Amino acid sequence: MAVLSMVEAIRSTLEAEMARDERVIVLGEDVGKSGGVFRATDKLQERFGSERVVDTPVSEAAIIGASIGLATAGLVPVPELQFLGFAHQAWHQIGFQLARFRYRTNARFTTPVTIRAPYGGGVRAPELHSDAFESMLVHSPGLKVVAPGSAADAKGLLATAIRDPDPVFYLEPLKGYRLVRDEVPDGEYLVEFGKVRVARAGDDVTVVAWSGMVGIAEEAAAAAEAEGISVEVLDLRTLMPLDVDGLAESVARTGRAVVVQEAPLTAGFAAEVVATIAEEAFVHLEAPISRVSGYDTPIPMPQLEDYYIPDAHRVLAAIRAAVNF
Amino acid sequence: MELFQILDEGGQLVGEPPAIDDATLVEMLRLMLLGRRIDQKAISLQRRGKLGTYAPLSGQEAASVGSVFALDRESDWVVPQYREQLAMLHHGLPLSTYLLQRMGHPQGSELPKDGTLYPQQVALGAHLPQAVGLAWGLRLQGRPGVVLAYFGDGASSEGDFHEACNLAGVRKAPVIFCCQNNGWAISVPWHLQSGSPSVAARGAGYGMPGVRVDGNDVLAMYASTSEARRRGLGGDGPTLIEAVTTRLGAHTTADDPTRYVPADQVEQEKARDPITRFRTWMTATGRWDDDAHAQADRWCDEQIERAVAEFDSTPRPDPVTLFDNVYADEPVRLLRQRAAFVADRESR
Repeated sequence: MAVLSMVEAIRSTLEAEMARDERVIVLGEDVGKSGGVFRATDKLQERFGSERVVDTPVSEAAIIGASIGLATAGLVPVPELQFLGFAHQAWHQIGFQLARFRYRTNARFTTPVTIRAPYGGGVRAPELHSDAFESMLVHSPGLKVVAPGSAADAKGLLATAIRDPDPVFYLEPLKGYRLVRDEVPDGEYLVEFGKVRVARAGDDVTVVAWSGMVGIAEEAAAAAEAEGISVEVLDLRTLMPLDVDGLAESVARTGRAVVVQEAPLTAGFAAEVVATIAEEAFVHLEAPISRVSGYDTPIPMPQLEDYYIPDAHRVLAAIRAAVNF
Repeated sequence: MELFQILDEGGQLVGEPPAIDDATLVEMLRLMLLGRRIDQKAISLQRRGKLGTYAPLSGQEAASVGSVFALDRESDWVVPQYREQLAMLHHGLPLSTYLLQRMGHPQGSELPKDGTLYPQQVALGAHLPQAVGLAWGLRLQGRPGVVLAYFGDGASSEGDFHEACNLAGVRKAPVIFCCQNNGWAISVPWHLQSGSPSVAARGAGYGMPGVRVDGNDVLAMYASTSEARRRGLGGDGPTLIEAVTTRLGAHTTADDPTRYVPADQVEQEKARDPITRFRTWMTATGRWDDDAHAQADRWCDEQIERAVAEFDSTPRPDPVTLFDNVYADEPVRLLRQRAAFVADRESR
């Protein structure tokens, strides 16, 4: 075990997967010589060469489209999109081509592509860099969507994603790259998709979060404990597949649920989690399920983003409201 | 830009014919004739409600056949758009499967197992970056082979076309971009699609040769595709071929070209018929006669009869197959949806 930051966990996992399987190749903007704008691919080109760690033109649709082609040629591409906001320029290739390639060909082709992209805001990036639109991704049948909230999961889920036969969109919390640090198992470490992680065990209320919001939920849970409220924090880890039973089991026990997301409120993935809990654990509910969320505005300019992204104060208020209902 | 031709519109040689053996030349003409017959049959099936929307290929037989015959089916790939029926058939797709696809039957999505054929693309241009990745992937693995990607003049306005050509130029991917320029993006003529006189001229901007070829001249198509293939296999990267061709019919069975195609243009284009041209030369050189033609007609009849019989005898799909092949590793929730679907069907 070593304490690693999330970005180092990602970088070392990419390196280990490339060493394990020579079919794995990394491609994207500035991933080679520069090592990626967040250094997630640092020194990989030095070790594996410029044919396996490829600096591409600024060309998101071609990065993803070519990854489909590379996968059908027998390779395992791990493309990086420099920011999630730029994924829109590749949207057709992601949501309609990559996600459906197996379906459209009656399984003649599978496309084991893992797209990595920094997700969400909080680092004062310029406009159009910091969006959280995971619900669009989850709404693309054929795609799996992974959103680790800890460095250990960043490793285990990335290794699983790269080895998964299906295409995976792997979201990396932008603010968590260096801020999130925890103990990461050495050597081979895989985390199964579709199983929640109990980030903190508790009895009174379940707070559901993923990616960068897991840390916020934990912070709020610690503050709630000081007030005598026992909070269970569930890290979803993967949005597709969703751990329906894990959610139901926890809420059936606590009887209360708060769902936290960074995205705009309306039609966000939190709505899916709320509906799932309502369907699966309705008879156990002691209070309405609530959401703590971004607002139905674009993510604002950097000087305003801290007011937009949920913080522990807002989560704590929702926890109190659930308990005091 | 100069138009590369080997057979002129009257079927006279104006260039050096490529080295193709007689049996193959006969096979090429036969496949072109089959194309015309498939159109007739498919349009008739569509009119009777037995087939969904159909995109006829008449007028573009030489552009497809000349190019695809220049490939080695074992190692070279075809990445088609939706008007490349003949290239797909030549690359191993059964005609009955093609018809099932047009009927919206999931069995129509089957591709030859272990074959070198991609699914036909209907989102214009989206297959072009994929073709580049495929070609680049072959090269990375040291596998022989080139990728022949078809698209139309309409698709050449898509951003994906630009991104694909640009990346192919950088990576020296062995891909042949074959633009079938029939002059129409459904109803929009070329001069409203581009300020450039040709698609081929754009090749220079991507560091690849762009050649403008008479797409109704099957020999010119064969020769230019062979040359592009040689370049690709030799490590010289991509080529852009603009096949200047004609769409003799509608865009699809849902389209009415009399609303926008000038009547005199229809007559002019008929004079450029690629089949007439090739047949004239084949006859003049002693490779084809009325007997050969009658034999080819019978062969076409057999192909179509067999395909339609298979098509007709294919049962409607089992409804639950709509869940098949979404994931290799199916999420639990989807398994439950499948079970609920089955229960719902059984409750009716």
